[in-house]
Amino acid sequence: MAETTALSSGSKRSVGNRQSNLRLLMNNRLAAGGLVILVAVVLIALAAPILPLADPDVTDPVNRLLPAFSEGHLLGTDELGRDLLSRLIWGTRVSLAVGLSATVIAAFLGSLIGLVAGYAGGRTDAILMRGIDMVMAFPYILLALAIVAVLGPGLLNALYAIAVVNIPFFARNIRGMALGLSRREFVDAARLSGMSHVRILFGEVLPNVLPVIIITMSTTIGWMILETAGLSFLGLGAQPPQADLGSMLGQGRKVLFTNPHVSIIPGLMIFVLVMSINLLGDGVRDVLDPRLKSGSLTRPVARTAVERAVMPGDLTPHRDAILDVRDLRTEFRIGGEIYKAVGGVDLRVGKGECLGVVGESGSGKSVSAMSIMGLAPTPPGRIVGGVALLDGEDLFSASDERIRMLRGLSVSHVFQDPLSTLHPLFTVGNQLVEAIQAHSRMTGSEARKKAEALLRMVRIPNPAERLKAYPHELSGGMRQRVCIAMALANDADVIIADEPTTALDVTVQAQILSLLDRLRKDNDTGILFITHDFGVVSAICDRVAVMYAGKVVETGATEEILSQPAHPYTAKLIQCVPVLGEPERRFGAISGRPPVVNRLPDGCAFAPRCQKATDECRKTEIAMTELSDGRAVRCIHPLSAREAAA
Amino acid sequence: MASYIAKRLLAAIPVLLGLTVIVFFIMAMIPGDPATAILGTYATPENVEKLNRDLGLDKPLVQQYFIWLGNLLHGDFGRSFALNRPVLDEVLERFSATLILAGTALVLCSILGLLAGVVSAVRQFGWTDRIVTLVVLVGISTPSFFLGLLLILVFAVKLQWLPASGMWAIYGGGDLPDLLRHLILPASTLAVVATGVIARLTRTAMLEVLRQDFIRTARAKGLPERKVIMKHAVKAALVSVIPVIGIQAGFVLGGAVYIETVFQWPGIGSMLVKAISTRDLLLVQGGVLVVAAAYVLFNLAADVVQTMIDPRLR
Repeated sequence: MAETTALSSGSKRSVGNRQSNLRLLMNNRLAAGGLVILVAVVLIALAAPILPLADPDVTDPVNRLLPAFSEGHLLGTDELGRDLLSRLIWGTRVSLAVGLSATVIAAFLGSLIGLVAGYAGGRTDAILMRGIDMVMAFPYILLALAIVAVLGPGLLNALYAIAVVNIPFFARNIRGMALGLSRREFVDAARLSGMSHVRILFGEVLPNVLPVIIITMSTTIGWMILETAGLSFLGLGAQPPQADLGSMLGQGRKVLFTNPHVSIIPGLMIFVLVMSINLLGDGVRDVLDPRLKSGSLTRPVARTAVERAVMPGDLTPHRDAILDVRDLRTEFRIGGEIYKAVGGVDLRVGKGECLGVVGESGSGKSVSAMSIMGLAPTPPGRIVGGVALLDGEDLFSASDERIRMLRGLSVSHVFQDPLSTLHPLFTVGNQLVEAIQAHSRMTGSEARKKAEALLRMVRIPNPAERLKAYPHELSGGMRQRVCIAMALANDADVIIADEPTTALDVTVQAQILSLLDRLRKDNDTGILFITHDFGVVSAICDRVAVMYAGKVVETGATEEILSQPAHPYTAKLIQCVPVLGEPERRFGAISGRPPVVNRLPDGCAFAPRCQKATDECRKTEIAMTELSDGRAVRCIHPLSAREAAA
Repeated sequence: MASYIAKRLLAAIPVLLGLTVIVFFIMAMIPGDPATAILGTYATPENVEKLNRDLGLDKPLVQQYFIWLGNLLHGDFGRSFALNRPVLDEVLERFSATLILAGTALVLCSILGLLAGVVSAVRQFGWTDRIVTLVVLVGISTPSFFLGLLLILVFAVKLQWLPASGMWAIYGGGDLPDLLRHLILPASTLAVVATGVIARLTRTAMLEVLRQDFIRTARAKGLPERKVIMKHAVKAALVSVIPVIGIQAGFVLGGAVYIETVFQWPGIGSMLVKAISTRDLLLVQGGVLVVAAAYVLFNLAADVVQTMIDPRLR
């Protein structure tokens, strides 16, 4: 019930959508099952007058309490000898009618209140919603009891009572949406064209909130049937001789111990009815509000799945590499499509060296970096090829426990947005101590001392006090320093830094970069530095790997690449770095968009955006060509020195 | 923290006043002469007139409300004509029994719901997840009064393991084990629906949290997966689940009406049902007020716990 209050914006829907919605609904097996049962029950209940049933109210004391499957009484008889099957069908009819009416009344009044409150805003909104809050301050069924107490027991009164207590669910959901809609342009336009408020409300706003009304109805109708049955069960709803499912159950209770079937049959009926409505309701909600779809949220597991078709043969690491990644391939499988985010990437980081991985967003640089320690999300990601050698050890064939041990100990990470990467509910000290204790047997106070020293190392003033701070109490720069301190906690050999300065101010960016640069030189730590910004690269990286569409297109020493790019893409990327006093430089940036990695073209992926592209470029895959020692490019028309300078 | 709690308590006062307004005006809606309605149709005219005077029913409605409110604040909730004793005495006595039942159910549904939700999210799409999802769906679709009857049939009548009704054994008993034996069936029945709702929400909240960046950070630190789930993910999920537990307190308190009737538990719910049938309206009014006030306090407690967990709310 409470879930329905979490609903919010739906979108404007066209009529043409309706058929596909129905198909979606039928694809959901549970919802379809619910619909079939519900339709069957409703049809039988509607057909009650023309079915060959005994009169539900005729008593027959001789044949009282017959068991089920007796002759002439398929479900037996109750304590007055009335036919249970007949009473069940007629009772279902009453329960359905009452539940549906209560839902319609609640939906009508609640939506009206919500629409008016949301559309009018201001004082009207405040008063109406305070009233709704007051109603909601009562435990759900209690207010209904109070209303029945005043009106007196009876089916109609029970119906009103249940309708009233359900008004708030509609009012709150609709009000939220109406509030948002009434500030939208099309409502303003209607207002300016002189339409009356009533016409705007019902002509413009109402059609847009209808999906929410329907969702709320489908999720509350089951409850309303249940609760009206409940009031009848207590003897406060249907009064004899009138009977609904609840009152049948209530009366059957008197003979529960001797003849349980008299109460079990109507009880089961309520269950079947409500269950089918709930199944259908969940389905309707999934179709109309896909955000809430029960299966749409998937959670990444602890480590990226590794499914290498071909096991790599050569496992000898490059002579001076601490981290050696070769032919890494990572894919994402989403809805039948395969996105080859990383399609054979080689990266090498030496001790104390900083390798910059540069590319536009979507080029696969982050996924490559995250794949190394198994932090690329599975599902939907999986590593399908290549090796990552850490000090000669193949990380992709290591056990989960081994990977867990290496994470934070040998390879640590610094991520982009320090506000979302730190846990908001634990203090900075707690999170630092945790990082330390994950890999050493230090006592709490020792670890705290070390945490303090780490904060001092990343130049956070007053570290002892800062340990007690929560992430939201620190500035962006401070938070990123904390993240770096965490990465330094266990003297890792390699730090993987995924756009660590992107979310920061320019001045803070410079401080963080010089901090990282100093730390790696002091500690001889290798850094894999992911960024999209050549300006940042020139500040810290010894070597650069430029990535495009999941592949490295050029590598080499930073100065060489900056002064003389060989790949046309690299040259364009460098042009994107703004230079003070030359604002028009940015306009020379790359035309077109990067390719989507589920439909990569044959040949060079950059060809469609490249001015130098020829037919040859589009034919087959282009191989890396070594230009000089440690310098390679994936291009058959590399730029000459003169072109590169232009 | 203490000042926060004080602030929240102060903020609860208008809500409590609002409750009295609603209850008062619902009672004022009774058609015909209120005194006759309260005393029943067989009351003598003198009694009716006296009650009208006592209740100040000859005065304007707003003035009547303040007189009535003043009486409430002095602990005067009126007298129950059917029981011939002060409403407040009866209500408080009954309410303690309801608190035992609803409190147990609330503890049960919180623990089971959280556990089921967490396991279900961690084993997403696995068998455990499917079974939990199915059980939850069946649980929230079963009328609690029907489930109660079924449990009585199975555990009290067929197996004879547990008593079918009441709070204490009629002969002997009166100790804690006796109370627990009587408590098991009604408390479990009462907990079923709320457990389902909490489990569903916990599952969604956990799935949402497990996609967050800080979970990746926790894993990148090399924390064991158990700690990532039980410490980092669960705490973050709790922030959105705890208000729901507060709301469920309302459903549990309300659901007690059915369960107490089915199991003949001497609580406020069964008292209310009886009072409505006998049109003992002052008793109904007192009972509704006390339970609603308790619900407000439950929600306040949930808010305070949420604030304790989430420093950003302070």
